[in-house]
Amino acid sequence: MKIVVLVKHVPDAQFDRHITGPGNTTDRDESILSELDEYALEAALQLAEERGGTKAGNEVIALSMGPSGAVNALKKSLQIGAYSGVHLSDDALAGSDAAATSLALAATIRHLSADGRPVDLVLTGMASTDGETSLIPAQLAERLSLPQLTFASSLEVNGRTVVARRDAGAHSETVEAQLPALVSVTDQINEPRYPNFKGILAAKKKKIASLSLADIGVDPSQVGQAGSWTVVESAAARPPRTAGTIITDEGDAGIKLVDFLAAQKLL
Amino acid sequence: MANALVFIDNPGAALKKSNLELLTLARKLGETAVAFTGELTDDVAATLGAYGATTIYQPSVDDLADYLVAPKAAYLAAAVATSGATAVLLENSPEGKEIAGRLGIKLNAGVITDVVGLDADRTAHKSVLAGSYNTTAKATTPVAVLSVKANIVEPEPAGTVAEPATAKVEVPADAVANAARISSRTEKPASGRPDLSEARIVVAGGRGVDGDFAPVEELADALGAAIGASRAATDAGWIGHDAQVGQTGVTVSPQLYISAGISGAIQQKAGMQTSKVIVAINKDAEAPVFEIADFGIIGDLFKVLPQATAEIKKRKG
Ligand SMILES: Cc1cc2nc3c(=O)[nH]c(=O)nc-3n(C[C@H](O)[C@H](O)[C@H](O)COP(=O)(O)OP(=O)(O)OC[C@H]3O[C@@H](n4cnc5c(N)ncnc54)[C@H](O)[C@@H]3O)c2cc1C
Repeated sequence: MKIVVLVKHVPDAQFDRHITGPGNTTDRDESILSELDEYALEAALQLAEERGGTKAGNEVIALSMGPSGAVNALKKSLQIGAYSGVHLSDDALAGSDAAATSLALAATIRHLSADGRPVDLVLTGMASTDGETSLIPAQLAERLSLPQLTFASSLEVNGRTVVARRDAGAHSETVEAQLPALVSVTDQINEPRYPNFKGILAAKKKKIASLSLADIGVDPSQVGQAGSWTVVESAAARPPRTAGTIITDEGDAGIKLVDFLAAQKLL
Repeated sequence: MANALVFIDNPGAALKKSNLELLTLARKLGETAVAFTGELTDDVAATLGAYGATTIYQPSVDDLADYLVAPKAAYLAAAVATSGATAVLLENSPEGKEIAGRLGIKLNAGVITDVVGLDADRTAHKSVLAGSYNTTAKATTPVAVLSVKANIVEPEPAGTVAEPATAKVEVPADAVANAARISSRTEKPASGRPDLSEARIVVAGGRGVDGDFAPVEELADALGAAIGASRAATDAGWIGHDAQVGQTGVTVSPQLYISAGISGAIQQKAGMQTSKVIVAINKDAEAPVFEIADFGIIGDLFKVLPQATAEIKKRKG
């Protein structure tokens, strides 16, 4: 099976995150591999391993679109176990919205299928931890005419049939489709493995291919701010919540809590 | 010709509050039509009219709900073409956002998700990066697709009421060709409590409840609140995953969020930081949740919550 896992290099949520510049984009210093993508990578590795790994012709390719720093997300993915990496990078991509991003990623996946071994499965996290729109999986599936099985909390591939379970609010569902397909997974699906010493050494020998827009046949006007269908017109840091009242329970905090709720007209 | 098209997906016997909110907001943009799926009862049609819908579209096929996302996007694209709408409003549920995403590609239309406010010129307001930034965004395309969060406007009927026209929309024959099929669906038992994403009050418990949600549930019932939880509590299996609030759970913006025995990790804050009033009860004075609490109690939840519950019952008589 040939599996492509989308991995994104995102600002670490443990630190303050900032929106900067004329395009109101997120500052990418202090970035890491989006932790929700680790679940997709783990799912891909499990599928490949169940099928006999590299020896049996399985492939797990980590794909990241982003500026030079995004290569770090790929390196981490290789350390965790991805077999190879692909880095799509081009100045013209800066400021792409979901529509432009999905266009570039779709072209990259077509490019990766052009060696005669088509991609069977595209795996993604449920959302990036920065934009959090969950649009990319759906838009990529639409662009590639693939069935989407999103928010999967379990995943099985039997022959060419992919079966996933998902939790959809008031009900849970089992969904199925034929490969090739796109699957996004939640953090309920597995426990992602950590890179171990062996993995870190092995990663040094693995390849990361660099691709530009020209390589995937995309015109610069189709991506970046030029190719985006939305603009962020303004961004303002929200004033921090003003410090509230903090009390230590002296045996009557429950009553004080009710007094507070009454004063706020919340009872 | 409609200006705004509101997607109302299989509401059942009565419209949900979030449906009415979308209709209320859509009227800002001009004449409003509805793209409907499921059974359209006389009651529902009358309510749609009362909220300003001039036309109700229905799909030519009735199996859209058997597939995931793609055919609904195909139906909506056809409804946009028929109605001439320049804005589509959907619910901000995971499925709503995905339908919006696919629809955007079909229509070459900009998509904006997580909308918390909308101006008459289609400028959308959002809160991003776990609530730390407020942004405005706009689609630069002829059609804009917007998924709108619940609880951002009070539902308000339209001033004048006319009986809406109904019309069928032809769903393209290939709409299901590349869609994933839903092979089984299990309804979860209803709790009788308000729906977490729409509740006015949420009482949430974390690892600090140590397996015992009873004090959280009793306070929630005294307040008529929904129950929330941290991931530590849902991972431990003390309560269903549906109750998880946060980055990978439900996002809530209630009038009141009571956090009990939850440390306030960034992934938890991401789901509740936009609550109007935040109350935190935690044994640890250093817990990060106190940084965002309007009222914080350093104390044991097993003492504070039952005392508060008893006091509320007493005051309510
Ligand atoms: C990819 C990813 C996604 C995640 N998504 C989410 C998410 O959506 N939602 C979420 O909540 N978390 C999420 N997390 C987990 C998050 O990082 C925290 O681990 C989690 O929120 C911690 O839960 P907690 O606060 O209940 O537990 P802890 O951090 O263990 O805190 C328990 C708190 O309870 C207090 N306490 C203990 N006993 C008592 C008592 N008797 N009375 C009062 N206080 C007491 C303690 O002082 C402590 O502060 C995610 C993590 C990852 C990596």
